[in-house]
Amino acid sequence: MPAAGRSELAIEASDLVKTYPGDVRALAGVSFTVPSGTVFGLLGPNGAGKSTTVKILTTLTRADSGAATVAGIDVGKQPNRVRRAIGCVFQKAAVDLEATGRENLALQGQLYGMRGGDLRARVDELLGRFGLAEAADRVTRTYSGGMQRKLDVAMGLVHRPRVLFLDEPTTGLDPEARAEMWAEIGRLSAQEGLTVLLTTHYLDEADRLADRLAIVDRGGIVAEGTPEELKRELRGDAIVVELAGATPDGEVRGTLARLNGTLRELTLDGRTLRARVDSGASAVPAVLAALDAGGIPVASATVGRPSLDDVYLRYAGRAFSAANTEEAR
Amino acid sequence: MTALVADGTYFTGRQVRALLRQPYFLVITLFQPIIWLLLFGQLFKRVADIPGFATASYIAFLTPGIVVMTALFASGWAGMGFIIDMERGVLNRFLATPAPRGALIAGNLGYQGVTTIVQSAIILGLGLAAGARFPGGPGPVLAMVVCAMLLAAAFASFSNALALLLRNQESVIAVAQLLVLPLTFLSSTLMPADLLPAWMRDVARLNPVNWAVTAGRESLHADVDWGLVLSHAGGLLLLALACGWLSTRAFRAYQRSV
Repeated sequence: MPAAGRSELAIEASDLVKTYPGDVRALAGVSFTVPSGTVFGLLGPNGAGKSTTVKILTTLTRADSGAATVAGIDVGKQPNRVRRAIGCVFQKAAVDLEATGRENLALQGQLYGMRGGDLRARVDELLGRFGLAEAADRVTRTYSGGMQRKLDVAMGLVHRPRVLFLDEPTTGLDPEARAEMWAEIGRLSAQEGLTVLLTTHYLDEADRLADRLAIVDRGGIVAEGTPEELKRELRGDAIVVELAGATPDGEVRGTLARLNGTLRELTLDGRTLRARVDSGASAVPAVLAALDAGGIPVASATVGRPSLDDVYLRYAGRAFSAANTEEAR
Repeated sequence: MTALVADGTYFTGRQVRALLRQPYFLVITLFQPIIWLLLFGQLFKRVADIPGFATASYIAFLTPGIVVMTALFASGWAGMGFIIDMERGVLNRFLATPAPRGALIAGNLGYQGVTTIVQSAIILGLGLAAGARFPGGPGPVLAMVVCAMLLAAAFASFSNALALLLRNQESVIAVAQLLVLPLTFLSSTLMPADLLPAWMRDVARLNPVNWAVTAGRESLHADVDWGLVLSHAGGLLLLALACGWLSTRAFRAYQRSV
């Protein structure tokens, strides 16, 4: 079977570019692949291009250039076949507030051609599974945000899609509802073999749910790997030392040379010295002592646990400086 | 084609269910025409005594006009449904399903059709109770309702197109409210065409609201001028098709902006 190799990829995006009117470049060449049956996370801040990527893959909008297949079907050429194969849960809980939970689910199924007993059974099954059976015949205006979001996900599943898109599924949910949603998403991929593409701006969410993830920033992918791989590179603390006066880069590096085993990713930007260390508490006194011994006066020193900001600073920051250097040439 | 009809019906059903949950909305939209029919009808009762006024009862004269006017008022709100669905993200959810895009528009127009029938029936009932008679029989009364539905389809499509292009509740309401009263006054809705000032009569000839009212008013005559009814209905049908086409173009513009 020559097609077998391709069909193992549930999503294949290559070099997607999208510019919105007013020269707003949302995507500047995004490529990634998602193997069938896995959860892939797109992690990035608001406006990074996550939602635009999802909109292209779910046929809501077209890429200016580049190509993508979902479930082996070309998104640009056969959007209607793609629509039948995918389930979509967009950023906002898109439930009809004037209809009951059951009516929302039934209409969604009908639009995929489901009818009669099959549809009724599926609706009941999903209502039960998402803990909405009791509220099924209430208008969704009376639902809590967490219940609306659960119904929203249930609606994305009603026609038994092969690939599920979840665009920021837990944004705006309280911690309890968030934990429940995580558990449910975990079940989906583990028990049903569903391929899930998840976007999020929460590091812990991507960590918990995604088999692989890509960090998206300003319309491009800046890092990709398993959460373990990405975290390993971020392990430890970040230390920031403000020097009292401008000091040549070579002099600072020379002074700190004997700490080479401790300090990673040392950068000097003006008077700001940044480095990554295993333990900030023991590294800072050593750094301060070394600088003092070298006669380099220090204004302040701070230690930070790696946060989401560090992830972006690290991956996006590096990518930008590289891009800027290229442009300058 | 089957998907268009089936999904269109589901979308109509969705809006009808929402309406049935808020019957006060239906009551409010009927309140205005009832005021026009009963209070305005009473206030200007003596208008029927003016020489040149062909109908003996002003209420009878007014009833077809109010049927048309109510359809016009209600359909001006049609685009609001799209705006609410856009804001909620419901529209994007529908667009990601295999449902044909046309079914969304057809479903909305189907709903306008259903509400126009219900409202027309209530107004005709009130008119009958207030003394209006339709010697032309059920045929021209049915034609009146069909014309009201065609006008509603045209105006609703226009409202939908505005909603999809402007994507803002206030603009859609403002444009609809701005158009409704002039369109009503520049027609024979409240006064026979013969008694209108000459310039108004000329403008009214081009006014689709006037086409619907004139066609509907044939139901008040024993000898119905079917040629006139059908030509006006034909004009309304063409207008509805043109506005429908405009709304599908607006839909494409919306999709490009997603």
